[in-house]
Amino acid sequence: MKKNGFWYEIKKNKVLYAMFLPVAIYYILFAYIPMGGIVLAFKEFNYRDGILFSPWNGFKNFEYFFASGRAWLVTKNTILYNLAFLAAYTVFSVACAIFIAELAGKIFKKFIQSVMFLPYFVSWVVVAAMMYNFFNYDYGLINTLIKNLGGEPIDIYSNPTYWYFLLPMLYVWKWVGYGSVLYLAAIMGFDEECYEAAIIDGANIFQRIFYITIPMLKPTMIILILLALGRILRGEFDMFYQIIGNNGLLLDYTDIIDTLVFRSLMQVQDIGMASAAGAYQSVLCFVIIMLVNWLVRRYDKDYALF
Amino acid sequence: MRKGKDYILFNIVGYIFITIIGLFTFIPFVVLVVSSFASENYIINHGYTLIPREFSLSAYKLIFQNPQRIFRAYLVTIVVTSVGTSLSLFLSTMAAYVMYRKDVKYRNILAFFLYFTTLFNGGLAPYYIILANYYHLKNNVLVLILVPLFNVFYILILRNFIRGSIPDSLIESAKIDGAGDFTIFLRIVLPLSKPALASIGLFIALNYWNDWWTPMMFIEKQSLYPLQYTLYLILSSVNVAANILQNVVRIDMPKETLKLAMTVVATGPIIFLYPFVQRYFVKGITLGAVKG
Repeated sequence: MKKNGFWYEIKKNKVLYAMFLPVAIYYILFAYIPMGGIVLAFKEFNYRDGILFSPWNGFKNFEYFFASGRAWLVTKNTILYNLAFLAAYTVFSVACAIFIAELAGKIFKKFIQSVMFLPYFVSWVVVAAMMYNFFNYDYGLINTLIKNLGGEPIDIYSNPTYWYFLLPMLYVWKWVGYGSVLYLAAIMGFDEECYEAAIIDGANIFQRIFYITIPMLKPTMIILILLALGRILRGEFDMFYQIIGNNGLLLDYTDIIDTLVFRSLMQVQDIGMASAAGAYQSVLCFVIIMLVNWLVRRYDKDYALF
Repeated sequence: MRKGKDYILFNIVGYIFITIIGLFTFIPFVVLVVSSFASENYIINHGYTLIPREFSLSAYKLIFQNPQRIFRAYLVTIVVTSVGTSLSLFLSTMAAYVMYRKDVKYRNILAFFLYFTTLFNGGLAPYYIILANYYHLKNNVLVLILVPLFNVFYILILRNFIRGSIPDSLIESAKIDGAGDFTIFLRIVLPLSKPALASIGLFIALNYWNDWWTPMMFIEKQSLYPLQYTLYLILSSVNVAANILQNVVRIDMPKETLKLAMTVVATGPIIFLYPFVQRYFVKGITLGAVKG
């Protein structure tokens, strides 16, 4: 047997490779085999013949998907919402992390961090209940307030423009605690000496933040943003589905690829449309990741994802 | 250190900003809990307010008057969460340990094998059809455990944690002492990874506890509905009464507060986990963490 051959290596570390096996089998069954199922997009599926033996129908599913007029709409919505989410989330997380790192009161900081992490713990189902609590037309807290002040109640669930602001706000609400911990962990890892040297040189706290903390956070920010850009076409199905659901009045303004795929598959049972839209999403997603990664590699190799 | 004007200004701005963010995240919880104790009458007449003046336990009484369905959902959620979390945490850490070991020649290929699944997938339709029709997981409690079982990023975070906190020489000396690879994992790596296990374990547990998507896709049998899905059905159904209490039909059903009380009941327990794990957070989720 060759000293550095494949089988030699497997045999030498057989216990270790065996320890990896459960996870490997899982991903073969639940990720790689379904990946092969992407052929479904080119087939006219029926349950009798299954994925493998259903007849091919070329690009018909895609023609149908693009002809439906939804393709461009959902792509635009998905990308724009996710960019808004990402921008708002990054700004707020970084700001919170910097303040929490530099503020004086220890107990206050601990307490506020716990509070900020609370939304991370609840499901979007619960968030939907809270939303209803606030924005319900008849009983909602906001409308109660407006009515008490003598104003006209607003009907948020049938007015699309509010959602352009509400959804990013909700997104920040849900994730800012988590995001700030990620950035805080990075700040905690910085070298104290930099700050001490800056203090000796007479830098004030704002200068320290703008000339030391933020530049040193840049790699973390870039990595997190890159990861998010890679997922830009798979945005927050949970949130959109729980908060908006199938509200026909809002759908044109809040429909994203994921909700469209879900509706086609589970409610309309249009498997052709669902698989075409899903395949479109996967391929576009892959292209975006490769593109982003290529651009970053050209700029600075160390920041690239792979 | 001298505390100059800049320092005072910074603290004022900081405290105001952070307090606003804190109120912003906290108030919805207060409104939820407080309103669930309000009387239905008050809400119908006055709407939700921060502090209602008429208190009532009727929503909670109603839930626990006929609790079979809620208890059943709790049971499903607790079983799935505990089995799923322990399985996931153990196997994920084991895989992470394998990818950390420098003597595993293909460790980078293994990492990419996992990472690639986050770059590309077949989409929802094939996934659904393969799980439902080929693996026959529909209406099977196993599906609730299997679908959220692993998360590539958690595995990579665990690997990076082990890499950053366990010196190679420790593994070497254990090997010289005659410990096998699996023994090293059990006796050295697991105990030393406690902070990461605590925070990642909490994340995994939350994913299980809050999962409503898997049951919505794959479960039609009511006896297998977990808590969050039951909650979702109650919230989204027009006829709350029929959904929560099969036998009791009452006209004076507190519909509004019932929804909220149910939300509180479904959320409660997992939040209590938080204080126990919080101190591990910053240490557990070290950065490198995020990179693949």
